[in-house]
Amino acid sequence: MDTIIPFEGIGASVKRKEDLRFLSGRGRYTDDINRPGQTYAWFLRSPHPHARITSIDLAAAKTMPGVIAIFTGEDMADIGGVPCGWQIHNKDGTPMSEPKHPVLAQGKVRFVGDAVALVVAETRPQARDAAEAIMVDYEVLPAAADMPQAQAAGAPAVHDDIPSNICYDWHIGDKDTTDAAFAKAKHVVKFELVNNRLIPNAMEPRAAIGDYDPTTDEHTLYTTSQNPHVIRLLMGAFVLNIPESKLRVVAPDVGGGFGSKIFHYIEEAAVTWAAARVHRPIKWTADRTESFMTDAHGRDHITQTELALDTDGKFLGLRVVTQANMGAYLSTFATSVPTYLYATLLAGCYQTPTIYAQVKAVFTNTVPVDAYRGAGRPEATFLIERLVDVAARETGIDKIEIRRKNFIRPDQFPYQTPVALEYDSGDYFSTLDMAMKASDWAGFEARRAEAARHGKLRGIGISTYLEACGIAPSAVVGALGARAGLYEVGVIRVHPTGSVTVLTGTHSHGQGHETTLAQLVSDRLGVPVANVDIVHGDTAKVPFGMGTYGSRSLAVGGSAMVKAMDKIVAKAKRIAAHLMEADVADIEFDRGTFRVAGTDKTKSLTDISLAAYVPHNYPIEEIEPGLEETAFYDPKNFTYPGGCHICEVEIEPETGAISVVNFTAVDDVGRVINPMIVEGQVQGGVAQGIGQALLEACVYDPQGQLVSGSMMDYTMPRADDLAPVSVATHTTLCTHNPLGVKGCGEVGAIGSPPAVINAVVDALRDYGVRHVEMPATPAKIWSIIHSNAPRMAAE
Amino acid sequence: MYDFAYHKPASVADAVKLLAADPDAKLVSGGHTLLPALKHRLNKPSSLIDLSGIADLKGIKKVGNSIVIGALTRHVEVATSDVVTAAIPALAYMASHIGDVQVRNRGTIGGSVSNNDPAADYPGAVLGLGATIHTSKRKIAADDFFQGMFTTALEADEILTAIEFPIPEKAGYAKMKNPASRYVMAGAFVSKGPMGVRVVINGAGPGVFRQSAMETALAASWAPGAVAGIKQDADGLNSDIHGSAEYRAHLVGVMAKRAVIAAG
Ligand SMILES: Cc1cc2nc3c(=O)[nH]c(=O)nc-3n(C[C@H](O)[C@H](O)[C@H](O)COP(=O)(O)OP(=O)(O)OC[C@H]3O[C@@H](n4cnc5c(N)ncnc54)[C@H](O)[C@@H]3O)c2cc1C
Repeated sequence: MDTIIPFEGIGASVKRKEDLRFLSGRGRYTDDINRPGQTYAWFLRSPHPHARITSIDLAAAKTMPGVIAIFTGEDMADIGGVPCGWQIHNKDGTPMSEPKHPVLAQGKVRFVGDAVALVVAETRPQARDAAEAIMVDYEVLPAAADMPQAQAAGAPAVHDDIPSNICYDWHIGDKDTTDAAFAKAKHVVKFELVNNRLIPNAMEPRAAIGDYDPTTDEHTLYTTSQNPHVIRLLMGAFVLNIPESKLRVVAPDVGGGFGSKIFHYIEEAAVTWAAARVHRPIKWTADRTESFMTDAHGRDHITQTELALDTDGKFLGLRVVTQANMGAYLSTFATSVPTYLYATLLAGCYQTPTIYAQVKAVFTNTVPVDAYRGAGRPEATFLIERLVDVAARETGIDKIEIRRKNFIRPDQFPYQTPVALEYDSGDYFSTLDMAMKASDWAGFEARRAEAARHGKLRGIGISTYLEACGIAPSAVVGALGARAGLYEVGVIRVHPTGSVTVLTGTHSHGQGHETTLAQLVSDRLGVPVANVDIVHGDTAKVPFGMGTYGSRSLAVGGSAMVKAMDKIVAKAKRIAAHLMEADVADIEFDRGTFRVAGTDKTKSLTDISLAAYVPHNYPIEEIEPGLEETAFYDPKNFTYPGGCHICEVEIEPETGAISVVNFTAVDDVGRVINPMIVEGQVQGGVAQGIGQALLEACVYDPQGQLVSGSMMDYTMPRADDLAPVSVATHTTLCTHNPLGVKGCGEVGAIGSPPAVINAVVDALRDYGVRHVEMPATPAKIWSIIHSNAPRMAAE
Repeated sequence: MYDFAYHKPASVADAVKLLAADPDAKLVSGGHTLLPALKHRLNKPSSLIDLSGIADLKGIKKVGNSIVIGALTRHVEVATSDVVTAAIPALAYMASHIGDVQVRNRGTIGGSVSNNDPAADYPGAVLGLGATIHTSKRKIAADDFFQGMFTTALEADEILTAIEFPIPEKAGYAKMKNPASRYVMAGAFVSKGPMGVRVVINGAGPGVFRQSAMETALAASWAPGAVAGIKQDADGLNSDIHGSAEYRAHLVGVMAKRAVIAAG
């Protein structure tokens, strides 16, 4: 009897293979790994946001039980700092200011949490005890705790040699044509807004184990990373001067990253370096407090913006002036976020003919800021979608109408924006229509009236967004200052009996790649998902790949796999032709079966792989044995997912309490490989977007202390803060990658915050409110209602 | 966490002996407040005296016109107790809204009341019902027990053993949660009964306190409208990144009104 094999290819909601392991506690994370003879690290960290280190006394600490070694910045004077991966140029063409980020502080500490010393001991508590016994004398300096402080006259210099605290002053677009557009505008809508600083809080805290083998002179780093090859490159080449051949970086199961585990952190370099000094493995695992104060934070922009419109409400031009907080040092991709991942997005899904944006990056005495889910694109989207709503209100044009008027039409693709990007495909009208229908937009006023009868203020908000991901064409990003290529690698290894191992340079830290990528193989080669193994996260196993961020794994990594599978199929056809004594041109292939066209002669993939590895009857002169292919894929363009998010909120005026009562997302993520995983990715992203909009606020006090440094004060979204998120997709294919995929990892976090805030502002429409800064907490809402109440009464 | 010695006495007397012998010892009940502090090394006790082995400290019973709850009774037990639900539903309601399931399964009434966190729930109910605190030495009226932030009338070698709640005619509780910690941002526990009319505010100030203007108003007329018009002074209330003193003062009025509605 034939068994029915369920379809597991493109479009099937295959259950996530990895979940059994994760949900039953059998994941193997960095902290689960223990090396023979392992020791433990504790970092002594600065309690001050800004201070000069006048002396460090290790004498008492060194005699503490279990202490093996203590290192300070002085011991590391001859190694490099952790580098920044993207060089931005100022308006005048000069390169950005790029201060050294030493592995351990040298002379000065620049944020609360800056590492001053590394203690290595037999146990973690012993390392911590000894760290407490280190005597550091600090000369405390005034701090630049935020961007206004850092740019005030006489501000303290975070880096002595950069008195302005400015990293770069950059611009994009055409100033003159934009100014001209404003000169002839009928309406100009002006606006200032803040994109709130966020703390990523992946569920798994960062961890790193340094291991050194004196016999072979090989270094191994186990780390919580989204991109082990990038870490190997940066740490080996720039910090520790170890050749790739002697350095292995392993990123095993990783419990969430959201961007915060892209970057090369000092702890990774410190344990790798120190392990080679003490000749024992060293493990460091952050506790949650350290995560709060040392993981790179996200967002943190202050922006002034103006939109010029004509009498019909058509956009004529956009001006943007943004300050972006870099924190105390440049984290790996920090500099690219508010420039090429942000300002290039400012056209959104609209035909704004001219745009001019200026961005100043500012050093402050705070944790470095870098990419966080969406990276630059949520900031751009929030600005555009708030601005469009305000413009609608101030011109008296309906907010849907003004969007439709300005959308790029489907017949305009490929569409060149005035800020460098060329969009390949999209259909913003359809996603808008679908979302309005799914959310019953038309019935909203009735729901609002019903809510009012219960004393609630109900509001509806929309966001029609576009983003650029699938990063990125290497030549393009290279021209823009990236110090790396952004291609991806895929190896397809068909084993003798037909199972498949895939090596991918992307990294899965929650996204479900072990399933989605296996589905690509299943779809093409007809191998059941269960027989496809996805190997990632180990530089000793996988060829050089760039990792996972910017929703690139499928668009770039998946495309590399397709190219490798093309090679597999081409070779296998030649073997099949030999076995079936036919001409290669006559061999057809479909999901695992090779057929001589027009006949019933067939061979399975297993017949071919067996022949390839047991080449007894084999054209050995013409074809090499084996069935394994490698391909590198460099994308031709970014991919451009887009869509429409609609949010409904209810506010309780008495307390300001706000609840999301409805959320609809209709996204165009290109071809959908696994609809269930896409739904989960969108919902997770929306949860983070709602978190940013309503809950999460990273707060430093004016002295530079992190006030929101624990879960007691930093509001992470909980299940009951969210509403059911209904997710649908509408597909236009990406035109330039072989799968037609665009990426779904970040759309939720990018599209949702303005939908939420637009809903909040709409709920407060009778209070004369133009804007509410994120997070819109109950206290903030109450004070808006409270301070406008007298006017309401008077009217 | 620093190292410490560990004791698990079987009686209150033994626990008191251990406590009196070591000024740096700490009692532990549910551990949900103490253990996080130890993990953060905010506390360095020489030893922990675990009360969980003392059977006398457990249980809920009705004694005359009071409900007596042993110090080791967990929040979940109070929340689901038939005795409490029948006699003082507001108390069961309050217990069922502390933290989350894990917290309610571990945290104890004795630990919570001894700790007197200004943002905790229990102190509101204890003062709001005019309860009497039983200790290893004496009985203390709630009015004398709470002495401001994290401070109580308990002496260094004194153990809270039980709390005796007089059964009220009516009682109600309402709170606004801190969005991050989910502790109390501002709450009100109101009651009318043998201990008079009480309006107790938790969360909003540096410690629980009686809102006397509201008590007077409610004594004159037990109705939500009676408290709604009374303004809480913002002076001296807590102000932090989650809400200003003015916001908390406003919430006091809203929560008091809701508590009266809940009390019926
Ligand atoms: C995540 C989280 C959320 C929480 N949310 C809330 C909330 O919303 N509302 C709220 O009210 N609480 C909340 N709590 C606190 C929780 O209710 C605590 O468990 C409670 O406050 C303390 O009780 P415990 O038994 O755990 O005390 P322990 O932690 O064991 O002890 C607390 C303190 O009291 C002392 N102590 C303990 N027992 C006695 C005794 N019998 N006599 C004298 N001293 C004693 C201890 O020495 C210690 O100093 C939360 C806790 C956590 C971890």
